[in-house]
Amino acid sequence: MTTQHATASKPIYGESLSQRAAKKIRRQPHTLLCLGIIAVYVAIAIAGYAGLMPDFQERVGASYEPPSLEFAKILGTDVFGRSVFYKVLTGVKTAITIAVCVTSLAIPIGIFMGSVAGYFGGKVDAFVVWFYSVLVSVPYILLVLAISYLLGKGLLSICVAMGAVSWVGLCRLIRGEFLKHKSREYVLASKLLGATDMRLIFRHILPNVFHLAIITASLMCLNSIMSEVVLTYLGVGVQDGSSWGTMIADANGELVQGKWWPLTGVTLALFFLAYSLNMVGDALRDALDPKLVD
Amino acid sequence: MLSYLVRRLLQMIPIVFGVALLVFILFNTVGEDPVRVALGTHATPASIAELRAKWGLDQPYHIQFFNFLVQIVTFDYGESYITGAPLSEMFLDGVLVSLSLTAPPYFTAVILYVSLALLIAYYRGNWFDRISRVTFVAMMSITYLVYIIFFQWLLAAQLDLFPIRGFARGLDGVEYLMLPWVIILFESIGHDIRMYRTIFLDEIKADYVRTARAKGATEMSVLFRHVLKNAMIPILTYTVIGIPYLILGAFLMERFFSIPGVGDLMINAINTGDFPVMKGLTVTIAIGYSVFNLLTDILYAYVDPRVKLG
Repeated sequence: MTTQHATASKPIYGESLSQRAAKKIRRQPHTLLCLGIIAVYVAIAIAGYAGLMPDFQERVGASYEPPSLEFAKILGTDVFGRSVFYKVLTGVKTAITIAVCVTSLAIPIGIFMGSVAGYFGGKVDAFVVWFYSVLVSVPYILLVLAISYLLGKGLLSICVAMGAVSWVGLCRLIRGEFLKHKSREYVLASKLLGATDMRLIFRHILPNVFHLAIITASLMCLNSIMSEVVLTYLGVGVQDGSSWGTMIADANGELVQGKWWPLTGVTLALFFLAYSLNMVGDALRDALDPKLVD
Repeated sequence: MLSYLVRRLLQMIPIVFGVALLVFILFNTVGEDPVRVALGTHATPASIAELRAKWGLDQPYHIQFFNFLVQIVTFDYGESYITGAPLSEMFLDGVLVSLSLTAPPYFTAVILYVSLALLIAYYRGNWFDRISRVTFVAMMSITYLVYIIFFQWLLAAQLDLFPIRGFARGLDGVEYLMLPWVIILFESIGHDIRMYRTIFLDEIKADYVRTARAKGATEMSVLFRHVLKNAMIPILTYTVIGIPYLILGAFLMERFFSIPGVGDLMINAINTGDFPVMKGLTVTIAIGYSVFNLLTDILYAYVDPRVKLG
């Protein structure tokens, strides 16, 4: 250290929060494994959009064949002789699509509403707080059910419904942080230099609170996937058979007849994705929390 | 205290107004025309006009909205479009059924899982803690639906411990409610224990714990006499704020086991396009949520002398 200072050949930069977080996570093999699993799911979804996925509607064998070593029948077949494995893969595509759509809708809304409310205060703040208090007072599942009922059944409407409701948590967090940051010295100094409001919000304060958006996003992916399964079961949501919710609903009657493989297939697919998202969310929270810096 | 209460109650008014406005916009202006849904495609213009007048839908929007506000204030939501039954009675009945489904496992869970979490906090950092962490995250990663299907299959169909589904009023209903209780209790383990553990670990870092250890208190006495008492504040908050959701019932449970609670009412209303039920239930639950929110804040000040209301 001291020699570097003396020669001044290379300036020393402090680590940013994200660099330190990346370093921390790289040292956790379990988290890396979970990240890898998520990457596989995303790759499957992309392959589905590229048209590389086999058609899940196609019959590959007789009705209710138990799992065998053949590729298409590795998880057995369903009542129509369709491959359970292909159906599970199609479900991956639906689940990842929902996670990406809901998150990319709700996170920007949450950031925008939270930063505007926290930064400007006054009437704007009062309005935003009133607005999210109203949304929070109505239970999540009720509101999503109502909105997706009104928009009609389908992938897009359920994404819009969940996105329109899910931003509140992040908005609250960001608003709270903005209230703290807006009177800090670095903000006042920049203001004195003539920075505009937009520059202060997006260039100066937002980078300091952005880790909250990353943590929230990872949990939102998880929640939206889990909620979609339940909503589809309840009769709104994705009804074209490509959702894990439909498969689980069908599996209900099948289990009693001793046909355990459709339910096992979906449960495992959902389990590995949810477990990985849970673990990565936890790891991100630990790694990005500035209070936990050691 | 009284002035605080009055102010908080007054603050609820804009929130309830907002919920009413949201619900009204969603159902009365954006949604399908309930008259057309009810009468089908072959209705005559005369019968459409008649039904519209009966339901008050021929009025301009601002009058309709005002009527809706009057319904909320008087807790008289009129009648169901489908069955014609008075809604206020339907709601009260549904609330009681939902509570009988969700309240027993909810309060059992608080006692059971707080103790279990305290035990895990006692063994924090060692293998027991680590294994339980992975187990609970794994349990949280299985969807509620699979728990319901699996336990119904295992406990009712295979082992024949409970009836498969059904409902009866009064004490006879306990027989049918046992299986849902077990499932609710089981499903909430992962989430609850992880949260209680975090609460305990936050407290264990506090200065008063170090003082207690320094004066020679045993680990057991530190946990039960000091940490548990202080942790009761966040635990209580979490418990009380969850109560309005008990009224909503476990949506899925009621659907799955055909239990006629509030969740089941709501799903039926959505499937049949029964708008008054949807609107009334949503507003009622929102009011319940606001009231319990206020109750939590008052309780908070009661159990923690450092918190001043005002």
